[in-house]
Amino acid sequence: MSKFLYASIGRKFLMSVTGIFLLLFILVHLTLNLLLVFDDSGALYNQGAHFMVTNPAIKVMEPILALGFLIHILWSLFITWQNWRARPVRYKKQDLAAASSWASRNMLILGSLILVFLVIHLANFFWKIKVSGSPLLEEEIVAGSNMHNTYALVSTLFKESLPFCLLYILGACLLGLHITHGFWSAFQTIGFNNKNWLKRLKRVAWVYAIVVAAGFSVIPLYFIFKF
Amino acid sequence: MADKILKKLNIEVWRQNNAKSKGKFETYTIENISTGTSFLEMLDILNNDLIEKGIDPIAFDHDCREGICGTCSLYINGRPHGPDSAVTTCQLHMRKFKEGETITIEPWRAKAFPVIKDLVVNRSAFEQILQAGGFVSVNTGGVPDGNAILISHEDAEEAMDAASCIGCGACVAACKNSSAMLFVSAKVSHLAKLPQGRVEAKRRARNMVAKMDELGFGGCTNTQACEAECPKSISISNIARLNREYLAARFSE
Amino acid sequence: MQNLDSKIPAGPLAEKWSRHKAAIRVVSPANKRKLEIIVVGTGLGGASAAASLAELGYNVKAFCYQDSPRRAHSIAAQGGINAAKNYQNDNDSIYRLFYDTVKGGDYRAREANVYRLAEVSPNIIDQCVAQGVPFAREYGGLLDNRSFGGVLVSRTFYARGQTGQQLLLGAYQALNRQIAKGNVKMYTRHEMLDVVIIDGKARGIIARDMITGQIKRFGAHAVVVATGGYGNVFFLSTNAMGSNGSAAWQCYKKGAMFANPCFVQIHPTCIPVHGDQQSKLTLMSESLRNDGRVWVPKKIEDAQKLREGKIGPNDIAEEDRDFYLERRYPSYGNLVPRDVASRAAKERCDAGYGVNSEGKAVYLDFKYAIDRLGRNVIEERYGNLFQMYEKITDQDPYKVPMQIYPAIHYTMGGIWVDYNLMTTVPGLYSIGEANFSDHGANRLGASALMQGLADGYFILPYTIGDYLAGEIMTPKTDINAPEFVEAEKNVTQRIEKLFHIKGAKTVDYYHKKLGNIMWNFVGMSRNEKGLKQAIAKIRELRDEFWKNVKVPGELNNLNPELEKAGRLADFFDIGELIALDALDRNESCGGHFREESVTEDGEALRNDEKYTYVSVWEHQGEGKEPVLHKEPLIYENIKLSQRSYK
Repeated sequence: MSKFLYASIGRKFLMSVTGIFLLLFILVHLTLNLLLVFDDSGALYNQGAHFMVTNPAIKVMEPILALGFLIHILWSLFITWQNWRARPVRYKKQDLAAASSWASRNMLILGSLILVFLVIHLANFFWKIKVSGSPLLEEEIVAGSNMHNTYALVSTLFKESLPFCLLYILGACLLGLHITHGFWSAFQTIGFNNKNWLKRLKRVAWVYAIVVAAGFSVIPLYFIFKF
Repeated sequence: MADKILKKLNIEVWRQNNAKSKGKFETYTIENISTGTSFLEMLDILNNDLIEKGIDPIAFDHDCREGICGTCSLYINGRPHGPDSAVTTCQLHMRKFKEGETITIEPWRAKAFPVIKDLVVNRSAFEQILQAGGFVSVNTGGVPDGNAILISHEDAEEAMDAASCIGCGACVAACKNSSAMLFVSAKVSHLAKLPQGRVEAKRRARNMVAKMDELGFGGCTNTQACEAECPKSISISNIARLNREYLAARFSE
Repeated sequence: MQNLDSKIPAGPLAEKWSRHKAAIRVVSPANKRKLEIIVVGTGLGGASAAASLAELGYNVKAFCYQDSPRRAHSIAAQGGINAAKNYQNDNDSIYRLFYDTVKGGDYRAREANVYRLAEVSPNIIDQCVAQGVPFAREYGGLLDNRSFGGVLVSRTFYARGQTGQQLLLGAYQALNRQIAKGNVKMYTRHEMLDVVIIDGKARGIIARDMITGQIKRFGAHAVVVATGGYGNVFFLSTNAMGSNGSAAWQCYKKGAMFANPCFVQIHPTCIPVHGDQQSKLTLMSESLRNDGRVWVPKKIEDAQKLREGKIGPNDIAEEDRDFYLERRYPSYGNLVPRDVASRAAKERCDAGYGVNSEGKAVYLDFKYAIDRLGRNVIEERYGNLFQMYEKITDQDPYKVPMQIYPAIHYTMGGIWVDYNLMTTVPGLYSIGEANFSDHGANRLGASALMQGLADGYFILPYTIGDYLAGEIMTPKTDINAPEFVEAEKNVTQRIEKLFHIKGAKTVDYYHKKLGNIMWNFVGMSRNEKGLKQAIAKIRELRDEFWKNVKVPGELNNLNPELEKAGRLADFFDIGELIALDALDRNESCGGHFREESVTEDGEALRNDEKYTYVSVWEHQGEGKEPVLHKEPLIYENIKLSQRSYK
């Protein structure tokens, strides 16, 4: 099996599988986050967040998700390095735009920028919720259960800091761009593609990317304009 | 429509005396080239000029000059086979260039395609990949009648699409990873689509990919540049089929 | 004189091959392992032979000048491959294919060889299908056929317009399989420069490693030459740039006789020459003549205006167009055979009706077919060819008629071989276009692929066994034998001589000049005076070449100019022999047209009484006139008749 993961197609297979897994995660994440804009009291969002924290299935998934991220990131570095080595002498003049999309050629750059965003994002919320705590997170009772006021943590950030709002919009767009290529590419790599499906998958990839980028952007925009 | 004369062109070209020597770019000027001249004829003319001036002519690969043998291989102005689509370098004509332009010509660049001289590269890695499994294991004689096994029109056409690969290496040259996946997938697909080749399809995919990896080609990241630059427009859907065959082979081990 | 026995087996025509196979000797598997065979050239003939011989258990060394066997010029064949399968139920048969081929060759081919070719043709299709050649299929899953010029049945199998490519890749795959198994040792970028003969038998070759410049010796028990034709004598042809006659020529110089050198095929539908910077001509498939109509203007002043670019073809009214093929040959019209169509185009252009700036082109017009069938149908049939034409000429053939002109395409002549495909040198074989055997004075479309594969898959592997059965006690060839040393020395000396001339003119300069002489005097139409002039001019040019050519670069490095110079040196000699042969044959037959031998209305006139023979030339040494031998052609099954396409 380890031989398989070092083979060119095996390496990509791992990227593809983790990629598809992350795509699913993003969809769940987006659905949950959109609760922010449907109830300004925050109760709805807090209930959702509480469910995510307490549900045993989600608890199991959490380390797997972390592992998925880790593999996706580390393997991308490994693959890019391997691919870089395949051309020891570079071209003097290259017209790559004539033949391929910018995103497809720059997945590592997009991914790295997303990683930077991810770190900030984790520091903003995940770190505070799980480790350091925050006065904003004071517990409250919603629908009879005690839970952190995650809504306060999130909404305060967006209400008080325009730069953070813009950063989150930028992050959403980068992620969308990453997905325009990553989505159909993941299916191509596992062999789920042919001449007809290539066009369809590319269309779905764009829809998916736009939904993700727009969906995540809507939240900071909502807070900018509403408050 | 009518041919014009390009009065002057600058040709910036990679010169390297042999596999071991260090190469560098040289720039030559060439005058009065008809736009109806093919790119390789332009190089012939330049070479004759160079010979008369006592300069070693530029070595480049070429043979059939009608776009089918796959020998010609130049990376022109940043693109394999130059600024036209679905052509080989020998089918590229000077009408694609402008008066006074500087044309940069480089060899295919890949670890697996070392330079032999100037613009000539060693593509024997492709040979080795095909020798690893790009065939149907039948001997001459003792085969059934050609019509004994029916093959649907669509399958035959799809196999033909893949089989039209000329092995020029433009896919490797175009790929940012120097990957040979389009080349390998074309042969794997061609044979996998036909009942005669289906029999050993998994074995073939596994062995050819192993050889490709061993020879130092990069991996595929689905940029699709290979398809766009392929003179025969071979589709990356073949790569999906190769992935499928390969994964099926590995998971059944 | 050497042995000129064609070794045609006795018995009725249809039984000759099977009787012969039963009679010849076979080598045991244990002994095959001890025997070595050299195959030079890896086109359809060479690749199929090398693979099949290796499968049998022989040790094969294969050579090609290209960087891969797959690049041999067989790859460029477009139309298809003939086989007497009778899948279409149109009353095709082995006999009919045999008859068409002999007739198409204008009755200058050996009956027994051609019959055998037709006999094994069905096996070729089966073999190729088993290898995974993606022939065109009907919707029901059966193999599809198309028809081709000069025949009345549909027997041509095809893979789009790339049949040669697919068949070669099939043979190449089989070859690769044997290379992987270690049964074939493949030498790419190696050029054969001499054949080595020990005690009268071919025992090896001298080859140059084109990357390092090293001259190497290779020994074997038999040598097979499958190096294609010599059409590049004419400089401009549809052959690949590297296609050359040198390997065959070295065999000739070492005692293998050369047959019918003047039988050269000129293909009528090629893209015309433009300017003087052109390096090669591109073929447009013969199939285009199914729907295109060939014409030139009726009025000479219209032609004049066309040449000056003052008017376009679409400005010429219907009644002012001369559809000269339809006019001269009402029953066959645009579908007359290649030689007839080529000559007719030349006749019109020579009379001043040529339509491009050089005055050397005629129109092939699809307007009428588009009006009749619609653009879609034409696009489906010829889309890729139209696209290729547009890429080269920058003109849209859907709107403006194509310009075409004849060009050198194939050489029917070649090394003389007997029924076993062995040359006059024991142990030296020649197959495919390199030999002379099956096409007479004119080859039919889709028959070259058939012959190459028939020789390589199904004939040579049998016949070579008969010879090698006598060699099982012969030890491995010693490449340090004096004959090898001598041959290597001669090769080296010749290369050094060429290299050290350091004259003033490039190789291409001389090649173009030779091409001009050949095309003008030994081309589509020949006469005694012109041929004699040509011989004198070739000799003069050759002398100048050997004094004044400039070969740059290094001896021990990749040096394309050096390769070209060596090939051109041989082309002078081949050109001279073509002219000598054309001079001897004072009749018009197939691709060979003598102005002295025509009917009252200017058509080709064969002379069976005097010329029903194969011209077999024997080398007498440098600077000496070769000697002509004649192998009589005996027709026991076919009655000779004058071809007519009126």
